[in-house]
Amino acid sequence: MDETDPMMLDQRKRRDRGTGLPRVLGVVSLALGSGGLLAPRTVARLTGVDDSPAARAVIAAVGARELVHAAGLLAGRRPAGWTWTRVAGDAVDLTLLGRTWADRCGERRRRVALTTAAIAGIAAVDLIAAVRAGRARAALRRVIDMEVAVTVNRSPAEAYRFWRDLENLPRFMSHLDAVRTDDLRRSHWIARGPAGRRIEWDAEIVDDQLNRSLAWRSLPGTRVPNAGRVRFVPAPGDRGTEVRVRLRYAPPAGALGRAVAKLFGEEPEQQVRDDLRRFKQVVETGEVVRSEGSPDGISLRQQVMQRPAQPLPVARR
Amino acid sequence: MKATVWMGKDSVKVVKVPDPTIMNARDAIVRVTSTAICGSDLHLYHGYIPAMRKGDILGHEFMGEVVEVGPQVRNLRPGDRVVVPFPIACGHCSSCQRGLYSVCENSNPNAGTAEKIMGHSPAGIFGYSHLLGGYAGGQAEYARVPFADVGPVKVPDEVPDDQAVMLADVLPTGFMGAEMCDIKPGDVIAVWGAGPVGLLAAASARMLGAARVIVIDRYPYRLRLAEEHVGAETVNYEDTDVLDALNAMTAGRGPDACIDAVGLEGHHGNAAVYAYDRAKQAARVETERPFALRQAILACRSGGVVSVIGAYGGFVDKFPMGAFMNRSLIMRTGQCHVQRYTRPLLNRIQRGDIDPSFIISHRMALKDAAKGYKIFQKKQDECTKVVLKV
Repeated sequence: MDETDPMMLDQRKRRDRGTGLPRVLGVVSLALGSGGLLAPRTVARLTGVDDSPAARAVIAAVGARELVHAAGLLAGRRPAGWTWTRVAGDAVDLTLLGRTWADRCGERRRRVALTTAAIAGIAAVDLIAAVRAGRARAALRRVIDMEVAVTVNRSPAEAYRFWRDLENLPRFMSHLDAVRTDDLRRSHWIARGPAGRRIEWDAEIVDDQLNRSLAWRSLPGTRVPNAGRVRFVPAPGDRGTEVRVRLRYAPPAGALGRAVAKLFGEEPEQQVRDDLRRFKQVVETGEVVRSEGSPDGISLRQQVMQRPAQPLPVARR
Repeated sequence: MKATVWMGKDSVKVVKVPDPTIMNARDAIVRVTSTAICGSDLHLYHGYIPAMRKGDILGHEFMGEVVEVGPQVRNLRPGDRVVVPFPIACGHCSSCQRGLYSVCENSNPNAGTAEKIMGHSPAGIFGYSHLLGGYAGGQAEYARVPFADVGPVKVPDEVPDDQAVMLADVLPTGFMGAEMCDIKPGDVIAVWGAGPVGLLAAASARMLGAARVIVIDRYPYRLRLAEEHVGAETVNYEDTDVLDALNAMTAGRGPDACIDAVGLEGHHGNAAVYAYDRAKQAARVETERPFALRQAILACRSGGVVSVIGAYGGFVDKFPMGAFMNRSLIMRTGQCHVQRYTRPLLNRIQRGDIDPSFIISHRMALKDAAKGYKIFQKKQDECTKVVLKV
C-alpha cells in the first residue's frame, strides 16, 4: 500500500498526537538553554544564586544541557526517550536548588524557593509528557495490522457488490454485531466484545473504486481507531476473484484495549482468515456453513471447543 | 430419536439424542431407512482418526425419505426417497464445479484445523470426526443433510434399499478406483482388499472392460465372493507371496494398474513386517500401516497406475519412492467425488449392469448397531457388509 493510503495517514496522525507536548517542551528547553548561555548573570540574579562564584559556570552547563534536550525533542524522533532526559535534568536541577536553598536566607532564599517551585512544576509536566509519549509508542506497537486473502468463485463485481453494502459485513465478520449505513460514505459499526461489552464507532469510506477496491476508516474520536481496505483482483485463468483484505486496529491501553485484544483473540490474523472463509461461503453458497459440532459456523474458538456431532438440544436452537 | 454414537475406542452405543432440525436454508431432514457400516467407520471405531468426541453420531452411508426441506431446496419434496452421498459439497465453489466434490472448499466448518494437518482442507463428511466438519452422521433415525439441493439423488421405487444405499459410498468409491486406472482392452487390474469397496472396485474394473481382475485378501469367504460375483482370480496373501504370484499371473509384466482398497489398517502375511508397522503405529511414529500401498507400487507394471481409494489419515513410512519414481508410475487418489457418480451408477443398476448388493452379509436393526460393529470388526460370521434397517 502506498504512502497516500488513508490507513497510513491514520498511523501518522497517531504519532503526531504522541509528539505534540514533547515539541512544546523542546521549545521551552531552547528558551532556557539560550538564556543560560547568553545571559547567565541575569539568570543567576533571578534565581537567587548570584552570590556564588560557581553559579555562572553551573548555569552555563545547565543551559548547554537544555540545548541538547531541545535538539533531541525538536528533531521529533523518539520523543519518549528525549522527554525522559528532561525529567532526569529536572532531577539534577532540583537537587542543586535544594543544596542552594539550605545556605541562603532572606530575599535570595525566597527567589531560590520560587525557582524550585517553578522547576518542580516543569518537572511534573515533563513527567506527564514522558509517560504519554511512552504510551503513544506502546499503542503504536499494539496496532493490529494484517493482510489476509481468499479466492472466491465469483466475479470481482459480485464480490465488490456484496462487500460495498457494509450492512452485509456482520454476516461474515464474527466480531461485528451490526453495521448501519447512514449514507454512501458514513456508517455506524457495533462490535460485540467479551462479556457482552459493546464497542461502537462511526466510520467513513475514504476510497471507493468500483469493482476494484474499497477503503474505510473510523472517524476521529473513536476509542478504537481502525481502518481497512479490501481489493478485488481477478484471479488468473477464470479462477474467480482474489479478495485481499488489509485491516488495522489501534487498541488503546487499559481495560478497553484488553477487551479489543480479546475481540480478536490471541491470533487476530486467524480470526480474519475465518471471516474471509465465511465471506467465501456466503458469496458462493448463500449461507454460513454449520455443522452439529460447529453450529455457529467457522470460528477458531469453536474448532477447539467442539460440541459432539449430534443435533443441538432444543434449548440451544 | 435413536442414533449410533461413538463412545471411545472400540465402543459405540445406540442412544437417544435430540431430533435434527433445519439449520440452513439449503438443508433437508431425511428419515433414514437404510444405513450401512463402512470399513472406514472401523478406523473411527479403532480410534485411528483424530478429533473424535464422545457422543458423535456415526455413519456416512445412508438413504431414506425426505421429511422436511429448507426454503432454498427446490429439487426435493417431503416424501421423496433419496440416497445421500457421503461427502458434503456446496456445488458452487471451484472444486465442486470441476466435479471434485470431496474437496469442496466450503463444507468443512473446521477447515482451519484440517489445514494445519493436511495443508488444505477437504470437504466435510457425515459422521467422520471433527477434523472433517463435526457433522452428525446417518446411523440414526433422522439426519440433517446440508446442501440438499446438490447431494441427495432421488431413487425410483423399483430400486430396493439394498442396492441404492450402496450409492452413498462403496459403489461410487469402488467405481472411481477402477475409473482412475484408465482401463484399456487387455488390461490386468489387481485389487488389494476384498472388502465392500475392493469387491466393487473389482466389479467396476470388469464393467469397464478389464481383461482380468485379480483380488488379494486373506479371508477365503471374501475371496470367494470375488470369484463368484466378479469373476476375479484371487490371491490369499497369508499363504502366497503376492509379488511372485502377480508376476507369474502376468508373465513378468505386472498388473497394468493396482488398486489399493485397504488403507491405513493393512495386514501383512509376514508377521515381522506387520509387527514393524504395527509397533510404529502404536508408538505414533507413523499413523498408517501401508502394506497394500507398498506392495501395489512394487507390483505395478512400469508406467502403470496405482489407484488409491483405501482411506489414509496421516503419514506413511518406508514409502518406496525409488520404485515409484524410477518406474514412471502414476498415482491417482482421492475420497470419492460421489456426486459425480450417483446418477450414472443408478442408471447402471437400473440397466442391470451391476448389482452391488451382493456384498451385503448382514441386515440388522439400528438398535443392534454395536453388535454390527463388533462382528464387522472381528470378521465374524463371514461378515462383509452390515446394513442397519431403521
